[in-house]
Amino acid sequence: MTYLWLIPVFTLIGVVLNGLLGKKFGDKFVSWVGPGAVGLSFLISCIFLFKLVFDSPTGDSYIQKLFVWIAAGNLVVEAGLILDHLSVVMIMVVTGVGFVIHVYSVGYMHKDPGYARYFTYLNLFIFSMLILVMADSFLLMFVGWEGVGLCSYLLIGFWYEDKKNADAGKKAFIVNRIGDFGFLIGLFFIFIEFASLDFESVFSMASSRQIGDPVIVAITLLLFIGAVGKSAQIPLYVWLPDAMQGPTPVSALIHAATMVTAGVYMIVRCHVLYLLAPLTMSIVAVVGVVTAVYSASIGTVQNDIKRVLAYSTISQIGYMFLAVGVGAFTAGMFHLMTHAFFKGLLFLGAGSVIHSLSGEMDMRFMGGLKKYIPITFWTFLIAVLAITGIPGFSGFFSKDEILWNAFDKGNPILWVIGVFTAGLTAFYMFRLFYLTFLGESRFQSEKELHIHESPKIMTIPLIILGFFSLFGGYIGVSHSLGGENHFKKFMEPVFRNSEIIANSTSNAENSLGLEYLLMIISIIIVLIVLIIVHQIYLKRPDIASTLAKRFSLAYRVLLNKYYIDEIYHTFIVNPFIKISDIFWKIFDVKIVDGAVNGTANVIQSAGDKLRKVQTGYVQEYALSLILGAVIIIGYFIFR
Amino acid sequence: MVNQGSNILSYIIFIPFIGMIILTFIRRENVKFIRIYTLLVTIIDFIISVVLFIKFDPDIAGMQFVVKKEWIKSLGISYYLGVDGINLLLVMLTTFFGPIVILSTRNAINKEVKKFMIFYLMLQTGILGVFLSLDLILFYIFWEAMLVPMYFIIGVWGGPQRVYAAVKFFLFTMFGGVLMLIGILVLYFKAGLNSFDLVEIIKEIDLPLNYQMWLFLAFGIAFAIKVPLFPFHTWLPDAHVEAPTAGSVILAAVLLKMGTYGFLRFCLPLFPNASEQFFPFISVLALIGIIYGAMVSMVQPDLKKLVAYSSVSHLGFVMLGIFSFTQEGVQGSIIQMVNHGISTGALFLIVGMIYERRHTRLIKNFGGLASQIPVFSAFFMIVVLSSLGLPGTNGFVGEFLILLGTFLRNKAFAIFGAVGIILTAVYLLWMYQRVIFGKLKDEKNKLLKDLNLREVTILVPIVVLILWIGVYPLTFMTKTEKSVEYLLEVRKLKSERTFFVNEIDEYKIEILDEQVLSQKIND
Repeated sequence: MTYLWLIPVFTLIGVVLNGLLGKKFGDKFVSWVGPGAVGLSFLISCIFLFKLVFDSPTGDSYIQKLFVWIAAGNLVVEAGLILDHLSVVMIMVVTGVGFVIHVYSVGYMHKDPGYARYFTYLNLFIFSMLILVMADSFLLMFVGWEGVGLCSYLLIGFWYEDKKNADAGKKAFIVNRIGDFGFLIGLFFIFIEFASLDFESVFSMASSRQIGDPVIVAITLLLFIGAVGKSAQIPLYVWLPDAMQGPTPVSALIHAATMVTAGVYMIVRCHVLYLLAPLTMSIVAVVGVVTAVYSASIGTVQNDIKRVLAYSTISQIGYMFLAVGVGAFTAGMFHLMTHAFFKGLLFLGAGSVIHSLSGEMDMRFMGGLKKYIPITFWTFLIAVLAITGIPGFSGFFSKDEILWNAFDKGNPILWVIGVFTAGLTAFYMFRLFYLTFLGESRFQSEKELHIHESPKIMTIPLIILGFFSLFGGYIGVSHSLGGENHFKKFMEPVFRNSEIIANSTSNAENSLGLEYLLMIISIIIVLIVLIIVHQIYLKRPDIASTLAKRFSLAYRVLLNKYYIDEIYHTFIVNPFIKISDIFWKIFDVKIVDGAVNGTANVIQSAGDKLRKVQTGYVQEYALSLILGAVIIIGYFIFR
Repeated sequence: MVNQGSNILSYIIFIPFIGMIILTFIRRENVKFIRIYTLLVTIIDFIISVVLFIKFDPDIAGMQFVVKKEWIKSLGISYYLGVDGINLLLVMLTTFFGPIVILSTRNAINKEVKKFMIFYLMLQTGILGVFLSLDLILFYIFWEAMLVPMYFIIGVWGGPQRVYAAVKFFLFTMFGGVLMLIGILVLYFKAGLNSFDLVEIIKEIDLPLNYQMWLFLAFGIAFAIKVPLFPFHTWLPDAHVEAPTAGSVILAAVLLKMGTYGFLRFCLPLFPNASEQFFPFISVLALIGIIYGAMVSMVQPDLKKLVAYSSVSHLGFVMLGIFSFTQEGVQGSIIQMVNHGISTGALFLIVGMIYERRHTRLIKNFGGLASQIPVFSAFFMIVVLSSLGLPGTNGFVGEFLILLGTFLRNKAFAIFGAVGIILTAVYLLWMYQRVIFGKLKDEKNKLLKDLNLREVTILVPIVVLILWIGVYPLTFMTKTEKSVEYLLEVRKLKSERTFFVNEIDEYKIEILDEQVLSQKIND
């Protein structure tokens, strides 16, 4: 496999072409180069996927070392790419969904003055993401890791003229850097422990360690800090809702389908380490499930369509962490994939809605859009049914597997919170759907004239993602539902060395019957929520506001996102700036410079005083000479 | 020693000097000719140093291209030059910035162009001399000689407070210089070799610990002021803000490296035990510098001052790496010296370019420049990313190695240092946002013109290096590997040897043979 570099290289070429020549050659050139580059990457990835499936029945991975990147002392880091059953899933998602969203962007970003810049960044994102996914060492993964952070920063603040957008971009970068700080320290620990940063050698050395080795626990926790930042989990999730300031296709691609799930991917990639650290695993699961329920609760009252989706993303990634935290890596990856389809679709659909309403994002001014934009409506409906976990849709299979694993391998409490979150998810998603597409139109009447379905270049991507949101789940239908679970089989080679540990936690007593029971409970909850939402938002719109008034404190806390941003600002950001200011104005200017200037002044004034002695009169000199002599002699006589 | 008999080092040092002498005969009205002439001189100097870089043998740890001629025989002073992996990149950095600085003065320096060029060439000779001298007195002479042109560059072509800044710069450095001279003399008499030959002194002499401590301080304070290490840094913002762009660039890119270089070349091998003793002290100062510099940088209203304070932060990393005494850390520090030169030099150039257009550097006067001057903004972005150490750019390679090396020695120090990486992103991105993003409000900013061909020519080689070092740093790092290995080994061996000397002193054993000692070490 010496051609692995072909997968990312086209996107890099796209960056160079669009970055240097895009403006000169015009939008048509850009529209071909940008999506074309990703399309080529996707085609090549497909070829590699087939190669992997047919040429490697044992599930070996392919590694291509490109060149020695850094070497100093004991540290030797080679830039190498890896293709295995894990990375190929991510590659397919990134290039596949990425290509679809690139095409959609051609329509969405039409006539934007920064058209070439947009596709340059978007290609750069795909390139960085592929590096992250295909890296065969921690350090190269970190390159992609920070690279996608950069692209996220650039794209969130894409419309930089609005201060809010630029602020949001900066916030994303800095919060991510806090996570990366943990990741970096984690790398140092790995190096000091294993004298290598290469996945293969680190994992093979680590597998001989004891379970619960404190160093491994430290390493996995530190890496998890990185994941918390990148994948927007508590307490570093605050950047993701703000990231919605970016163009909507960017939200779909980066802040829903791919980049934010990188943390999940990283943990699955390092599952050898994580399985050795049960403490970390529990923390991952708890952080995941708490984030899931926490951000779902915020999502229930937000009015901005994209914000709801943002909190939903945080919540869904929480599910994925719950999965990997209880050791159900395959389930986590499965949900990552289906989520990429339906959440990508939800964002693109929301983009289509916003597009049709000339930029309106507040759901209070939508409603009844069903008849105006039918394609968006139907595809959006598929996505909603998928995310809420209606049987038969992709999200059902993946979410159900996570919940079952949480119960089976983890703890019933995790399951309870997970199911409760599923209820909340159903609530905010149906609420969003009803407010947007059904009921009465609440937009200003003059807007009505302009409402139109989006052009084909945007609706076809919707249909493609709709197809996968509907049928994507069938590759992973679990045995209990009579399926083959091809996805699990496909992923098996990745975990074959750690199978024993992974399965040991499974509770054998739990029967098939129990699994069905739990499944049915969660389905029933979702259906009840659907009925409630139907009542509130279609039949009796007044109930919502009555409820908000009745529970006004809770409502306000949720609406203001638990005031976390305000708390961070008051207790961290502002004091920090104040202290910095004091450092500069007091310490630097007053104390250090004061001391320096003070010394200079003392010397100067001393010189000034001494100068007066030099009067130039010989008599005075003679007088002082004599006086001096008298004093000295006197001293010697009378001492 | 290899490549003996080659005079290439003398050429590199004295081509600017000869160029300067010739320049004195050129009529000062021929401004255009003077500019082109100086540019050519610096380009030739750069080309020769590239030849040096290519011919440099990375497998040799010791000095190469050595030139040694007796100068004042009775005192043991010689004209002694040599290059190894530790100063090679710094020489390259200096000559690389020559043409860039000259090109950058096209509009910025309008009065007394001839004098400026004379001072600049003199300065370049001085800096190169500092990096290449292996004789203590020769080193000292270059160290002091380079002060004078810098003093004038700040004092004549600087901003409104230029005289204050120039004097402050001069006094701070002079103070350090005097201490260093005393140190050199004490070292000379204590060593008793009747020689100022640095290589020989390192090889032959093991100083007792108390001498090491005092001498370390004498040399160290001189270097610490230059770096500048917290709390000796307050001359830097003033000097930078008042200096003309060309002065700031050379100050940041090259001059500060004389301090860090001094620690590596002198303090580590000459005073191995003292370096060990001072390690926690200096590392803590470096860490304070990293975090303090970043914090103070964040609240600066003036772009140039912001960049100046960022140097305090960045050079803290370099110091941290040097005093890790690990291969990773020291090699990282050397590459980071180059990186800081490139990135911060570029930042000053960029600030200069905007200053030339708007005659203000206050951040609040800008905003929304991205739509008005996109090419400028793009270059600015790349340089900012390099400065905040984004992987794929040069800054990451250096910072990562430094922190890794520090981590191997002291975990807490490395963790604190890594906090600096977060803060760097904070102040640089915030600054970039306030200058480049937002709405274009100020009417004067709507008249701004984007970069011209000359300015692009200045920045393109810098961007190339940023990516080159970021993606394939081995081109440069292989050259430093062996010498750093050797330096660290010498430091370690010598410190062990001195340790024995002190131990045995305590037991009042007075007569000691070198051979007994070395045998002891072998045991």
